[in-house]
Amino acid sequence: MAKLQALLGWVDARFPLTQMWKEHLSEYYAPKNFNFWYYFGSLALLVLVLQIVTGIFLTMNYKPDAAVAFASVEGIMRDVNWGYLIRYMHSTGASAFFIVVYLHMYRGVMYGSFKKPRELIWILGVFIYVALMAEAFMGYLLPWGQMSYWGAQVIVNLFGAIPYIGNDLAVWIRGDFVVDDATLNRFFAFHVIAVPLVLLVLVVMHILALHEVGSNNPDGVEIKKHKDANGKPLDGIAFHPYYTVKDIVGVVAFLIIFSVIMFFMPEGGGLFLEPDNFVPANPLSTPEHIKPLWYFTPFYAILRAIPPMFESQFPGVIAMGVSIVVLFFLPWIDRHPVKSIRYREPIYTLALMIFIVTFVALAWLGMQPALPYLSELAFRCSELYFSFFIVLAIYSQARSKNYYITWLVALAAAVILMDLPRYIGASGDKQILIRYSIFIPLIYFVITLWLPTTAAKWTTSKTVPDRVTQ
Amino acid sequence: MSDSVDTGKRRFLTTLTSVTGGIAVVGMAYPFLASMAPSARAQAAGAPVEVDISKIQPGQMIVELWRKQPVWILRRTPQNLEDLAKVQAYLSDPTSDKSKQPEYAKNQYRSRKPEYLVMIGICTHLGCSPKLRPEVGAADLGGSAWMGGFFCPCHGSRFDLAGRVYKGSPAPINLAIPPYRYINDSTILIGDDTGAKA
Repeated sequence: MAKLQALLGWVDARFPLTQMWKEHLSEYYAPKNFNFWYYFGSLALLVLVLQIVTGIFLTMNYKPDAAVAFASVEGIMRDVNWGYLIRYMHSTGASAFFIVVYLHMYRGVMYGSFKKPRELIWILGVFIYVALMAEAFMGYLLPWGQMSYWGAQVIVNLFGAIPYIGNDLAVWIRGDFVVDDATLNRFFAFHVIAVPLVLLVLVVMHILALHEVGSNNPDGVEIKKHKDANGKPLDGIAFHPYYTVKDIVGVVAFLIIFSVIMFFMPEGGGLFLEPDNFVPANPLSTPEHIKPLWYFTPFYAILRAIPPMFESQFPGVIAMGVSIVVLFFLPWIDRHPVKSIRYREPIYTLALMIFIVTFVALAWLGMQPALPYLSELAFRCSELYFSFFIVLAIYSQARSKNYYITWLVALAAAVILMDLPRYIGASGDKQILIRYSIFIPLIYFVITLWLPTTAAKWTTSKTVPDRVTQ
Repeated sequence: MSDSVDTGKRRFLTTLTSVTGGIAVVGMAYPFLASMAPSARAQAAGAPVEVDISKIQPGQMIVELWRKQPVWILRRTPQNLEDLAKVQAYLSDPTSDKSKQPEYAKNQYRSRKPEYLVMIGICTHLGCSPKLRPEVGAADLGGSAWMGGFFCPCHGSRFDLAGRVYKGSPAPINLAIPPYRYINDSTILIGDDTGAKA
């Protein structure tokens, strides 16, 4: 023991090991009232490690060559010892990553964890999310199945829709005039080395920023306001051992669910691995119904829903881009002084619930074929998606009745104006669809902007306690 | 030797070094970025393809690969050709003014010979390959407005049997026509139209 102590002293004189251990674990004080929602940060780290480890072993048998890629993945599944397990762990891990990250983000929204002074934690987190989407997209090309091929074809063509430079840009991304061997090879390089490096750096920055300002909590109060004589927050407990032990419970529960999916339903009913991707890529024929994996479908639904304008599909691409970029600005959109949903005004909670429904509806619509009535519904849900952020900005402070009504009228007028060019010249069936479905955004505006004017209780937030509850 | 610091000189040298280094970094980035553009080999692969069209039955379509893209050759029936005029009102670019095709295919049939349609089978929306749906009046494709055509399963774009896009489709313009010429009555050359009379 004494020898170990001496060794530690030797290391500490040369590397701040003990200091880092204290700063980030044994003396990092987190609020004592963390609940269920606080599992997902550490679970995201766990899945990241899982993906890196399984990914390393997959690259030992995978061949990034259009001629043999599909066969090499089948080889991993059938011939490599335990290859099927490693591959399913990786493919299930990708979906698990997004489930965990979506819940983690929702936690941040719900408890106002993106608000001052944690704006940078949130922004770094959105960067991680975007990097994760790039990582997942490029990884999905590697098995070189039908869905890999046509999915990449569609997504790369999104860049082709950018005016003037789009075509050259798409060619540059593909390294060829169509998705082919060059594309596969470079996506492999990005997937296994470039993006993971970026992800790791971002994750470290995310955690450093968090440990600089300290964690938020379900009450949305700052624990650093009340410290004891030693400067330790009264409502804080050391991350280690308290939260490391708590997180182990989360890890065990997560691994049980993860294992059940991995062993008994690795394809997740076509959600985690699509049936068409077990067919080798064929540039002559698109599968009957192509769709991205579930975690992209909300944005994909928005992309499909926006009609082309001026002989260009660029508006849809812009809308999809904005639907993601808007997340970066959340700290400056929602400026309400109360952080946590526990104390925020009821109308905010209602708007957030509608947003969750909208998001799930978009995710579902993105998986469906582009039938006219579903496309129309996706268009309306896209309107609700963007309206939520406008409504959020309106809720940021106390407003007069006139203010709400003015916005109600303005937004309703905007929706009607947007419908005019769609309505004129549309077929009879389509016109009926537009006429009925316009009530979706109109009712939404009535709920979110008229309701607050009817009674003060809708816009009155509760008193935030001085210290954390329970 | 004096101990005083000439800050102006120091700032000048620091700036000069940073700018020089910056230019070097930008210069070094170029080869890496340029290496991602299509290689000489990828650019060379694009030779014209000869196709025998004598065995295509009326109403039948064959698919050939040219520049790694599907090219359709559809033999249209006289009825098909007649129907092309009936759907004009539903199309966003019926005269193909905004679409891409060689001059000799910028006509109501979008082909050199009305009977044979030669077209790149890649949707102008986001690059999927549409399906041939020749049945007239298909209920899921617009009923009476549908005189047969192509349907893109990815995002629901609809095209008539000359590849002209229906209004309300996500695809902005008509399907593209590649350069091609007839070597003789039964053979066409896709990807090369030099020397052919319009």
